[in-house]
Amino acid sequence: MFYREAGQFKATYEADQALFPVRQDLLGVLAILAVAFVVIPFSASDFFLNSIMIPFLVFALAAIGLNILTGFCGQISLGTGAFMGVGAYACYKLTTYFPDVNIIILVFCSGFFSAGIGMIFGLPSLRIKGFYLVVTTLAAQFFLEWCFIRIAWLYNYNESGAIEVPQRLLFDTPITGAAAEPVVRYLIVLSIVVFMAILASNVIRGRIGRGWMMIRDMDIAAELMGIRPLYAKLSAFAFSSFYCGVAGALMVFFWLGAAEVESFDINHSFLILFMVIIGGLGSIAGSFMGAAFIWILPVLLRALPGYFGIDVGAATVEHINFMIIGALIVFFLIVEPAGLARLWSIARQKLRVWPFPY
Amino acid sequence: MELIYNILIDPFVQMGEAPDFLLQVLWEGFVAGTLYALIALGFVLIFKASGVFNFAQGIMVVFAALSLVGLFALGIPAYLALALALVIMGLLAISVERLVLRHLVNQPDIILFMSTIGLTYFLIGLGELVFGGDPKSMITTELGLPTGATDIEIFGGLLILQHIDIAAAVIAALLVAGLAFFFSVTRVGRALRAVADDHQAALSVGISLNQIWVIVWFAAGIVALTTGIMWGARSDVSFALQIIALKALPVLILGGFTSVPGAIIGGLIIGFGEKLFEIYWGGLLGGGVEAWFAYVIALIFLLFRPQGLFGEKIIERI
Repeated sequence: MFYREAGQFKATYEADQALFPVRQDLLGVLAILAVAFVVIPFSASDFFLNSIMIPFLVFALAAIGLNILTGFCGQISLGTGAFMGVGAYACYKLTTYFPDVNIIILVFCSGFFSAGIGMIFGLPSLRIKGFYLVVTTLAAQFFLEWCFIRIAWLYNYNESGAIEVPQRLLFDTPITGAAAEPVVRYLIVLSIVVFMAILASNVIRGRIGRGWMMIRDMDIAAELMGIRPLYAKLSAFAFSSFYCGVAGALMVFFWLGAAEVESFDINHSFLILFMVIIGGLGSIAGSFMGAAFIWILPVLLRALPGYFGIDVGAATVEHINFMIIGALIVFFLIVEPAGLARLWSIARQKLRVWPFPY
Repeated sequence: MELIYNILIDPFVQMGEAPDFLLQVLWEGFVAGTLYALIALGFVLIFKASGVFNFAQGIMVVFAALSLVGLFALGIPAYLALALALVIMGLLAISVERLVLRHLVNQPDIILFMSTIGLTYFLIGLGELVFGGDPKSMITTELGLPTGATDIEIFGGLLILQHIDIAAAVIAALLVAGLAFFFSVTRVGRALRAVADDHQAALSVGISLNQIWVIVWFAAGIVALTTGIMWGARSDVSFALQIIALKALPVLILGGFTSVPGAIIGGLIIGFGEKLFEIYWGGLLGGGVEAWFAYVIALIFLLFRPQGLFGEKIIERI
């Protein structure tokens, strides 16, 4: 009814190739952004921002990173947690060495470090794929975790072995450290995530991204058509790790405030892989949906028993949570391997032709 | 210069000076290797027959051991509990086939792989819900497994052999022999090999894929239970085992995904290499290298011989 593209004619190639070719999509995204940037900061409580919105955005960014590698380039990685860790520790070291540089610039710089590490561990992907690649990314995961524990230089020889976020200012407002308001941190994380999501969707539409998708769909054919696997795969690893690294830095500096090696363990790698699977492999919007689903579902589950007046232990809820997530993964793989993003596109198609079936 | 000495010469000097200690380290490596090989065996069984890379093998080990200990805690006699644990693994095999695999026939390998990660999470949740998350000790004596240790005097030192480790090695050898017999001689075993070679051809000569999958997952369940008992007897039965079980992946890379002898030899290489490296070279890096040594070996191996030591040369080279 309201979702009609009739009358929207494209007169130029630019209009035809636009990020949102249908006007309603653009308006919808703008509305979501308006809610995120204006309504939520003014109305949400600190709890909502701190334990739902900020982690959701951070994980969405990491999921975009993994989705670039797994969804668009077809290389599975179980090292996401470690790559996030590289970003976080790099950012921590950079703040130690350059205390006067703006923290947001350092967050982006730390992404380059994790991109470099990601490329090194992506090298085997030139010869192998599939499960074999899973093992090399596991090597990255465990080796980097070991580095985070054993190389004391990374956490400035702290007694605790944890990295603590120092206070940094932007326009005289504290944006990191204990004094920073949740709203301020939320707005900064949101801006970075939105910027990087738009960047990602443009890279994917462009020459580089199409090369990744060709490699994913059939590597030999892609090579025959002039895509160099070396560049395509390593650039996918670099991009993906860059995103994960920035997400890791954001996670420590704008959400947790302090982190140990446990924040980057293999369970986080799994968690982000689940977000990508449930959200939809090969979809940026899906990364957001998956992150929201996986992050918010447990929060709801924890709240639910109390809502009905049933007293269930926190541990029990945690275990049921694991079971539900596991069952959902299997369910989604069976029923809808393309994830929530595909469900949305089916709904969109229905809306377009409503009230007719097709 | 000193660094080169420390890396290349000093470890061997140490080995030569204390041969009894070296033997002890090698024995430890052998035992660890046996256990890695057992887990890897579970992976290989399922991979050979269904092409599914079963990520859940690690949690199946934990789950099987927990069922055994949990049933015993209910007051059921040890051997009956063992039988019941086998029944539980059988039920698990049937439900996995019914609820997961049957619906994913003909999907890309990677989808099947990820579905076993989902299964892993489900089993972690279920296991913790039913049995609780804290570590439990394995009922070693009740099952009639030997405890205690033998000290052997050798090279002027002592070599301590835990009886349970010897038992583990013997049982592992028996299990492998039994599986080899099962695969090569019995009717079901031949059907399994047919399925492994070609699903469609196997179907067309009247082999039921669904049945075969149940059998294979059950066999993997038996291997998991054995591994769980052996590992549980050395340390406690806990969910941490599941992360250790991931070490079976580098073992498989070394041995090849489809080779049973490969899994065993790969397991032993990783076991020996890991312990030797940790004891003699680990100190140079600050210790704790056991966590990643196996993976890095696998990574290096992949660059030069992606099909593993004994694997079939079917890897797509890019």
